[in-house]
Amino acid sequence: MSNGSQRGGGIEVEALVREFKNGPRAVDGIDLEVAQGEIYGFLGPNGAGKSTTVLMLTTLLPPTAGSARVGGFDVVAEGPQVRATIGAALQEAALDPLLTGREHMRLQTALHGLGKSEREERGGELLERVGLDYAADRKVGGYSGGMKRRLDLALALAHRPRILFLDEPTTGLDIQSRTALWEEVSRLAAEDGVTVFLTTQYLEEADALANRVGIIDHGHLVAEGTPAELKAEIGRPTVEAVPREEGERERMRAVLGRFGEQAGSSPRGVAVRLEGGESQLAEVVRALDAEQIAIEHLQLHAPSLDDVFLAKTGRSLEGAGEPESGETEAVAPA
Amino acid sequence: MSGGLRNQIGQLARRSVLRTLRQPAQIVPAIVFPMFLLAVNAGGLKDATNLPGFPTDSYLTFILAVPFVQGALFSVMNSGTDLARDIETGFLNRLALTPLRGAALLSGLLAGSLVLGLVQAVVYLTVGLIAGAELAAGAAGALVLVALSVTITVAFGTIGLFAALRFGSGEAVQGLFPVFFVFLFLSAMALPLDLLTTDWFHAIASVNPVTYLLEAIRSLLIEGWELDQLALGFAIAAAIGTIGMAAASSALKTRLVRT
Repeated sequence: MSNGSQRGGGIEVEALVREFKNGPRAVDGIDLEVAQGEIYGFLGPNGAGKSTTVLMLTTLLPPTAGSARVGGFDVVAEGPQVRATIGAALQEAALDPLLTGREHMRLQTALHGLGKSEREERGGELLERVGLDYAADRKVGGYSGGMKRRLDLALALAHRPRILFLDEPTTGLDIQSRTALWEEVSRLAAEDGVTVFLTTQYLEEADALANRVGIIDHGHLVAEGTPAELKAEIGRPTVEAVPREEGERERMRAVLGRFGEQAGSSPRGVAVRLEGGESQLAEVVRALDAEQIAIEHLQLHAPSLDDVFLAKTGRSLEGAGEPESGETEAVAPA
Repeated sequence: MSGGLRNQIGQLARRSVLRTLRQPAQIVPAIVFPMFLLAVNAGGLKDATNLPGFPTDSYLTFILAVPFVQGALFSVMNSGTDLARDIETGFLNRLALTPLRGAALLSGLLAGSLVLGLVQAVVYLTVGLIAGAELAAGAAGALVLVALSVTITVAFGTIGLFAALRFGSGEAVQGLFPVFFVFLFLSAMALPLDLLTTDWFHAIASVNPVTYLLEAIRSLLIEGWELDQLALGFAIAAAIGTIGMAAASSALKTRLVRT
């Protein structure tokens, strides 16, 4: 591991492993580096090992093997220093429904050792920043899912952390709340230089937000790079066509099959990954015309992160999830 | 105690008290249920005072000690259920990510039990006196009685904390309630220890710590200042609290596996 980022705002992970009793390796030897101020999207289906990784990096779960430094501190040997450096909003906003937003801020800032006057100031500032100042004195039990997530984010920022862990921060949120959270996270990285480690199972979230993406599946990091790099690596756009006559679908499949392997499509359509790239689109149209197959709809899809996931794992990210039993065990040891 | 630890305890105590006060469903049964049983027992068992050797001619005064211990049993549930909910919702993980010390967490959580114990004791005593019970130890005795009651409530609260940390579920904590009620029924609850003539019952009641908690409270109500009984009551409550706190601290270390 390099020494350059020690005591910095980055994350370095080497051969990190977490095994559970009578279970598989939830995390199986991952290596990754996140630079200061970077938004790193950790993408994978349910049960892939995302949350277990976050628990280890936030010191809430000891690794079975390997090492990790967060903000330059070792997660095993220097747990208190790591915790002072990071903020975290873990899966499901962990809030007390009987306390108000302001009381949550007061508790969090006090436990982090902020002085009394600073507590009020910081709490008010953060509540305003996440757009909850109007609801600060309402009990959290009456907050919407989006409001809870925003409060969760504000709490994670209470002590001005250099590194922020967000574990599936937008799961279950409507698109408006999701977009608002994305904007705030982007601003944190861009303006405040906060490093963000974000887990998600939403492709568009990783695509829109992350500077770099790591794709995890069955505890292994199967791909890593910027979204653009990963898509370029796959490099094959998908063409999807819908025949005007339902009965022509099989003939259309045969024609399109000459241009590449089949991909997921709408129920009435046929889709293939173009082996020769976008330039083959004209040939596709000519081939269908030559076979006198009338086209109702034709669309070219640029490669997506789902295509990357498919290429790396042989499965689509949609529906690739598994129960997260190991991860439940991680937070609640008997 | 360092300023940081004191501040942490203060903040968590404030939260615990707020939670208790904002949950009438915790406070009301803890007050109403023992008062209801007091009324039933005082009315139905008053002829027990005719037994030779019964220490008072007011069964109400005798049985008034019971609500203080019954009320403390609710503390097991309330403190334990609150902590179990924190574990289930992940709030404990949120706290674990702060520089929070385990001692602060446990002490702070017991503040809610303390407030509940205080409210209960004042209500039980006031209702009892209005209904005609005696308080032989006088006004100073009332203060000691409230202090003893709060001590018992907090001591039982530590058992709730231990159960929550050990099992991590509110249901498991609530499952303890009937067990503790058995302890209460197998004590000198309804009759003085000397008048429990059934051998096995007498044997169990005489080793049941609840008996001596009841006797300490009764000593203030019936006899005045019986320092031996009072000291034994406080000592037993302190012992339960100390053992409960040690067990809860150990369970917290297991539960909080942070590095």
